[in-house]
Amino acid sequence: MKKIQILGTGCAKCNKLQEISEQAAKELGIAYEVEKVKELNKIMDFGVMITPALVVDGEVKVAGKVPSLEEVKKMIQE
Amino acid sequence: MADCCSGGTTLLYACSGAADLGEISDMVARRLRDEGFGRMTCLAAVGAELSGFVQSAKGADINITIDGCGTACARKNLERIGVTPNAYILTDMGLVKGETPVTAKIVSEICEKIKDPACAPSQSIPVIKSGGCGCGCGG
Repeated sequence: MKKIQILGTGCAKCNKLQEISEQAAKELGIAYEVEKVKELNKIMDFGVMITPALVVDGEVKVAGKVPSLEEVKKMIQE
Repeated sequence: MADCCSGGTTLLYACSGAADLGEISDMVARRLRDEGFGRMTCLAAVGAELSGFVQSAKGADINITIDGCGTACARKNLERIGVTPNAYILTDMGLVKGETPVTAKIVSEICEKIKDPACAPSQSIPVIKSGGCGCGCGG
Protein backbone atom coordinates (compact mmCIF):
# COMPACT_ATOMS: atom_id res chain seq x y z
CA MET A 1 0.00 0.00 0.00
CA LYS A 2 1.30 3.44 -0.97
CA LYS A 3 1.39 6.00 1.80
CA ILE A 4 0.61 9.46 0.48
CA GLN A 5 1.09 12.46 2.73
CA ILE A 6 0.03 16.00 1.92
CA LEU A 7 2.01 18.62 3.83
CA GLY A 8 0.39 21.98 4.29
CA THR A 9 -1.56 24.09 6.68
CA GLY A 10 -4.81 23.70 4.81
CA CYS A 11 -4.87 26.41 2.16
CA ALA A 12 -6.48 26.11 -1.27
CA LYS A 13 -3.28 24.82 -2.90
CA CYS A 14 -2.87 22.14 -0.22
CA ASN A 15 -6.44 20.96 -0.81
CA LYS A 16 -5.88 20.95 -4.57
CA LEU A 17 -2.75 18.82 -4.18
CA GLN A 18 -4.67 16.32 -2.07
CA GLU A 19 -7.47 16.17 -4.63
CA ILE A 20 -5.06 15.57 -7.52
CA SER A 21 -3.06 13.00 -5.57
CA GLU A 22 -6.13 10.96 -4.67
CA GLN A 23 -7.37 11.14 -8.25
CA ALA A 24 -3.97 9.97 -9.49
CA ALA A 25 -3.89 7.03 -7.10
CA LYS A 26 -7.42 6.01 -8.07
CA GLU A 27 -6.69 6.20 -11.79
CA LEU A 28 -3.55 4.12 -11.26
CA GLY A 29 -5.68 1.54 -9.49
CA ILE A 30 -3.31 1.17 -6.58
CA ALA A 31 -4.00 0.67 -2.91
CA TYR A 32 -3.20 3.80 -0.97
CA GLU A 33 -3.77 5.73 2.19
CA VAL A 34 -3.74 9.51 2.50
CA GLU A 35 -2.68 11.54 5.49
CA LYS A 36 -2.85 15.33 5.79
CA VAL A 37 0.00 16.77 7.83
CA LYS A 38 -0.89 20.24 9.05
CA GLU A 39 1.38 20.76 12.06
CA LEU A 40 4.36 22.93 11.19
CA ASN A 41 6.76 20.98 13.38
CA LYS A 42 5.86 17.75 11.61
CA ILE A 43 6.19 19.46 8.23
CA MET A 44 9.64 20.71 9.24
CA ASP A 45 10.62 17.16 10.21
CA PHE A 46 10.46 16.35 6.51
CA GLY A 47 12.87 19.20 5.77
CA VAL A 48 10.17 20.98 3.84
CA MET A 49 10.45 24.77 3.88
CA ILE A 50 7.59 25.57 1.54
CA THR A 51 4.16 24.06 1.13
CA PRO A 52 2.18 22.39 -0.25
CA ALA A 53 4.31 19.29 -0.48
CA LEU A 54 3.67 15.72 -1.57
CA VAL A 55 5.31 12.79 0.20
CA VAL A 56 5.10 9.23 -1.13
CA ASP A 57 6.30 6.41 1.11
CA GLY A 58 8.38 8.85 3.13
CA GLU A 59 10.07 10.62 0.24
CA VAL A 60 9.26 14.23 -0.57
CA LYS A 61 8.39 14.35 -4.26
CA VAL A 62 7.57 18.03 -4.68
CA ALA A 63 7.36 21.17 -2.54
CA GLY A 64 6.00 24.62 -3.14
CA LYS A 65 3.82 23.89 -6.13
CA VAL A 66 0.91 21.81 -7.34
CA PRO A 67 1.98 19.47 -10.14
CA SER A 68 -0.29 18.21 -12.89
CA LEU A 69 -2.24 14.98 -12.60
CA GLU A 70 0.17 13.20 -14.93
CA GLU A 71 3.18 14.44 -12.99
CA VAL A 72 1.67 13.19 -9.74
CA LYS A 73 1.00 9.80 -11.30
CA LYS A 74 4.69 9.52 -12.17
CA MET A 75 5.68 10.59 -8.67
CA ILE A 76 3.48 7.94 -7.12
CA GLN A 77 4.83 5.23 -9.40
CA GLU A 78 8.53 6.08 -8.98
CA MET B 1 9.41 27.58 9.48
CA ALA B 2 7.62 26.20 6.46
CA ASP B 3 6.12 28.85 4.26
CA CYS B 4 2.42 28.67 3.47
CA CYS B 5 1.68 28.31 -0.20
CA SER B 6 5.19 29.26 -1.32
CA GLY B 7 4.40 32.85 -2.31
CA GLY B 8 7.64 34.80 -2.79
CA THR B 9 9.81 32.30 -0.98
CA THR B 10 13.52 33.09 -0.61
CA LEU B 11 15.75 30.42 0.89
CA LEU B 12 19.19 31.20 2.34
CA TYR B 13 22.18 28.86 2.44
CA ALA B 14 25.56 29.58 4.04
CA CYS B 15 28.70 27.58 3.37
CA SER B 16 29.47 27.85 7.12
CA GLY B 17 33.02 26.79 6.37
CA ALA B 18 35.83 26.42 8.89
CA ALA B 19 37.69 29.64 8.02
CA ASP B 20 36.85 33.15 9.13
CA LEU B 21 34.82 33.82 6.00
CA GLY B 22 32.83 30.62 6.53
CA GLU B 23 31.88 31.86 9.97
CA ILE B 24 30.91 35.24 8.54
CA SER B 25 28.78 33.58 5.86
CA ASP B 26 26.90 31.73 8.57
CA MET B 27 26.34 34.86 10.64
CA VAL B 28 25.19 36.80 7.59
CA ALA B 29 22.63 34.15 6.69
CA ARG B 30 21.30 34.08 10.24
CA ARG B 31 21.08 37.87 10.37
CA LEU B 32 19.20 37.99 7.06
CA ARG B 33 16.84 35.32 8.36
CA ASP B 34 16.23 37.25 11.57
CA GLU B 35 15.49 40.37 9.55
CA GLY B 36 12.91 38.49 7.50
CA PHE B 37 14.82 38.74 4.25
CA GLY B 38 14.57 35.01 3.65
CA ARG B 39 14.37 31.64 5.32
CA MET B 40 17.62 29.98 6.27
CA THR B 41 17.85 26.28 5.57
CA CYS B 42 20.49 23.58 5.81
CA LEU B 43 23.12 23.25 3.14
CA ALA B 44 24.35 19.98 4.65
CA ALA B 45 20.91 18.46 4.14
CA VAL B 46 20.98 19.44 0.48
CA GLY B 47 24.40 17.82 0.18
CA ALA B 48 23.00 14.70 1.80
CA GLU B 49 20.22 14.78 -0.80
CA LEU B 50 17.45 14.66 1.79
CA SER B 51 14.34 14.87 -0.32
CA GLY B 52 12.52 17.56 1.64
CA PHE B 53 15.42 19.98 1.41
CA VAL B 54 16.10 19.19 -2.23
CA GLN B 55 12.51 19.67 -3.25
CA SER B 56 12.23 22.87 -1.21
CA ALA B 57 15.20 24.30 -3.09
CA LYS B 58 13.62 23.33 -6.39
CA GLY B 59 10.28 24.83 -5.40
CA ALA B 60 11.56 28.10 -3.94
CA ASP B 61 11.22 31.30 -5.94
CA ILE B 62 14.76 32.35 -5.08
CA ASN B 63 17.70 30.52 -3.52
CA ILE B 64 20.57 32.61 -2.17
CA THR B 65 23.94 31.05 -1.41
CA ILE B 66 26.58 32.82 0.66
CA ASP B 67 30.04 31.35 0.24
CA GLY B 68 33.16 32.50 2.01
CA CYS B 69 35.57 31.86 -0.85
CA GLY B 70 35.73 30.99 -4.50
CA THR B 71 35.49 27.26 -3.99
CA ALA B 72 31.78 28.09 -3.77
CA CYS B 73 30.69 24.92 -1.98
CA ALA B 74 27.21 26.26 -1.27
CA ARG B 75 26.61 27.32 -4.85
CA LYS B 76 27.90 24.02 -6.18
CA ASN B 77 25.68 22.05 -3.82
CA LEU B 78 22.66 23.79 -5.29
CA GLU B 79 23.87 23.43 -8.86
CA ARG B 80 24.39 19.71 -8.31
CA ILE B 81 20.64 19.29 -7.80
CA GLY B 82 19.83 21.44 -10.81
CA VAL B 83 19.16 24.71 -9.01
CA THR B 84 20.86 27.96 -10.02
CA PRO B 85 21.10 30.20 -6.96
CA ASN B 86 21.80 33.88 -6.58
CA ALA B 87 25.37 33.31 -5.49
CA TYR B 88 27.37 35.65 -3.26
CA ILE B 89 31.05 34.99 -2.58
CA LEU B 90 32.61 37.02 0.21
CA THR B 91 36.07 37.18 -1.37
CA ASP B 92 34.42 38.74 -4.44
CA MET B 93 32.87 41.28 -2.09
CA GLY B 94 36.24 42.47 -0.81
CA LEU B 95 36.92 40.21 2.18
CA VAL B 96 40.22 38.34 2.47
CA LYS B 97 40.21 34.72 3.62
CA GLY B 98 42.30 34.16 6.72
CA GLU B 99 42.70 37.87 7.39
CA THR B 100 39.20 39.04 8.20
CA PRO B 101 38.06 39.55 11.79
CA VAL B 102 34.60 38.20 12.50
CA THR B 103 32.87 41.33 13.69
CA ALA B 104 29.31 42.58 13.84
CA LYS B 105 30.31 45.53 11.64
CA ILE B 106 31.49 43.30 8.81
CA VAL B 107 28.43 41.07 9.10
CA SER B 108 26.19 44.14 8.88
CA GLU B 109 28.05 45.50 5.86
CA ILE B 110 27.71 42.22 3.98
CA CYS B 111 24.02 41.97 4.87
CA GLU B 112 23.40 45.43 3.49
CA LYS B 113 25.19 44.57 0.24
CA ILE B 114 23.13 41.41 -0.21
CA LYS B 115 19.92 43.31 0.42
CA ASP B 116 20.87 45.99 -2.09
CA PRO B 117 19.52 45.00 -5.54
CA ALA B 118 22.35 47.00 -7.12
CA CYS B 119 24.84 44.49 -5.65
CA ALA B 120 22.99 41.41 -6.90
CA PRO B 121 25.07 38.82 -8.75
CA SER B 122 24.99 39.35 -12.50
CA GLN B 123 23.24 36.03 -13.13
CA SER B 124 20.60 36.67 -10.52
CA ILE B 125 17.01 37.69 -10.80
CA PRO B 126 15.57 40.43 -8.59
CA VAL B 127 15.17 39.37 -4.98
CA ILE B 128 11.62 39.04 -3.76
CA LYS B 129 11.30 39.58 -0.05
CA SER B 130 9.81 36.66 1.82
CA GLY B 131 6.77 36.92 3.95
CA GLY B 132 3.10 36.29 3.83
CA CYS B 133 1.35 34.09 1.40
CA GLY B 134 1.27 35.18 -2.19
CA CYS B 135 -1.07 32.56 -3.54
CA GLY B 136 -4.28 34.35 -2.75
CA CYS B 137 -5.51 31.80 -0.24
CA GLY B 138 -5.49 34.26 2.60
CA GLY B 139 -2.65 32.47 4.39
